[in-house]
Amino acid sequence: MIKFDRVSKRYPGSFDAIKNTSFEIEQGDLVFVTGTSGAGKSTLLKLIAGLERPTSGTVLINNQNVSQLKAAAIPYLRRNFGLIFQDHKLLYDRNCYDNVALPLHINGVLGDEAAKRIRAALDKVGLLSKEKSMPITLSGGEQQRLAIARAVVSRPSILIADEPTGNLDEDYATDILDFLYAFQQVGVTVIIASHELPHNIPDNIKNVVKVLHLQHGELTA
Amino acid sequence: MNQWLNQHIQPLRMVLGRMRQNLLGTVLMCCVMGVTLSLPAILFTIVDNLGQVAGGIESKPQLSLFLKLDASSSAKEAITEQLKKHPDIAKYEFVSKESAWEQMQQNANTADISASLNKNPLPDAYFVTPKDIQPKSVQRLQKEMQQWDGVELAQVDSNWIQRLDTVLKLGKKAIFVLVALLGFALVAVIGNTIRLQIMTQLEEIEVSKLIGATNQFIRRPFLYAGTLYGLGGGLAAWLIVLAVVQLFNTSVTEIADLYASQFRLSMPNAPITISMLLSAVALGWLGAFVAVNRSLAKIKKL
Repeated sequence: MIKFDRVSKRYPGSFDAIKNTSFEIEQGDLVFVTGTSGAGKSTLLKLIAGLERPTSGTVLINNQNVSQLKAAAIPYLRRNFGLIFQDHKLLYDRNCYDNVALPLHINGVLGDEAAKRIRAALDKVGLLSKEKSMPITLSGGEQQRLAIARAVVSRPSILIADEPTGNLDEDYATDILDFLYAFQQVGVTVIIASHELPHNIPDNIKNVVKVLHLQHGELTA
Repeated sequence: MNQWLNQHIQPLRMVLGRMRQNLLGTVLMCCVMGVTLSLPAILFTIVDNLGQVAGGIESKPQLSLFLKLDASSSAKEAITEQLKKHPDIAKYEFVSKESAWEQMQQNANTADISASLNKNPLPDAYFVTPKDIQPKSVQRLQKEMQQWDGVELAQVDSNWIQRLDTVLKLGKKAIFVLVALLGFALVAVIGNTIRLQIMTQLEEIEVSKLIGATNQFIRRPFLYAGTLYGLGGGLAAWLIVLAVVQLFNTSVTEIADLYASQFRLSMPNAPITISMLLSAVALGWLGAFVAVNRSLAKIKKL
């Protein structure tokens, strides 16, 4: 499903953020990308999601070589992913409902079908009662849940979360992770970047978790 | 098909919603466009109307052929013969110097003048109506007749119409220049407005691109906004022109009545109105297109 072959990424005027990295992620995997700040976690996620192109090596996503994709094809590649950003990237000029509606509009889903799916996504993260609220009135945990609702509303096959629990206290963090595990349980590939592996992973999840540990842009076993 | 339609209805609805939220700004924008577009439109209406007035008179230009005072009778006969045979002449009328002199003496206005003269100063004259009334062919005829033996002066009576015609042509050229310049200004104004809107929605654009929006998707609402501004501006311009023509007409009626004329400034007709609206819409779209493409190029890295 996702295959990295000796991938390096260098930003102009900088060192290699990712060095000579090879790995493979299968459909339905639950992957933790761990490492300290600056180890290259965000860059790796961006490479996986097609937000960046590798400097060298090949990135295959659904058997498509990202480096060789035309610019016009990139948006369609990105629609395979549900992205949960470190800083939420919610739009504060519209209510929760409209925030979740954005990916559907991009996919050309509108009307009753869209409404049904938006409400289902909000319901799943427990925010259905707040569909008319503005995101700014939500707590940090609620905002993160709203971001999850937006990421899953278009039913992506791969869910990518960049430090989804970064600024949350323990309870909220467990909450958020449980949502993500739930998606893995129904067959969605889930990739989570995190400082370190959470210590309270439920037992039934523990056996399937894959870990990619990054150190200075390189994978370590 | 349905999805395609949705992709256009949705941004259109969104844009209309935003415009309603910022109604004052939208109305002001349309007014700016309306005023700018109405300037050349009003000028065009005036020039067009003057052209019609001139056209009405131009239909019967005459050539006056004054003979030399000492022209011989054989020369006169030759000229009469030539006028008879000439293919470009519809009809001609001969006025001898004697009958002209009589007329002058009988006319109350000119009787005083003729009384102070002790001999007839008037030449024999022909008044010629050409078949073809195009200014060019009339002029050619005039030049030809000037060469005839015994002719002192061949004069086109519609010279002033030609001059008016030239001035009107100049006026039309001026309108063209004005349209080009103001059109450029409008593209710049709309482009700038759209650019500011893009700035306020930069976050939305960035997020949309991150989660798989195509450039067309991002462009669409802004293109609709520009087009709608254009349409609003065009309609505003049309209303302004109607109001101005109405206002002018109250004075024009007075002047025309003094000349016992039925002349009125005519309202802009359908082709003019439609082309004004279409060009406004096109300018709006163009301004938005330029602005949104420049902005997209800037955030291309995403």
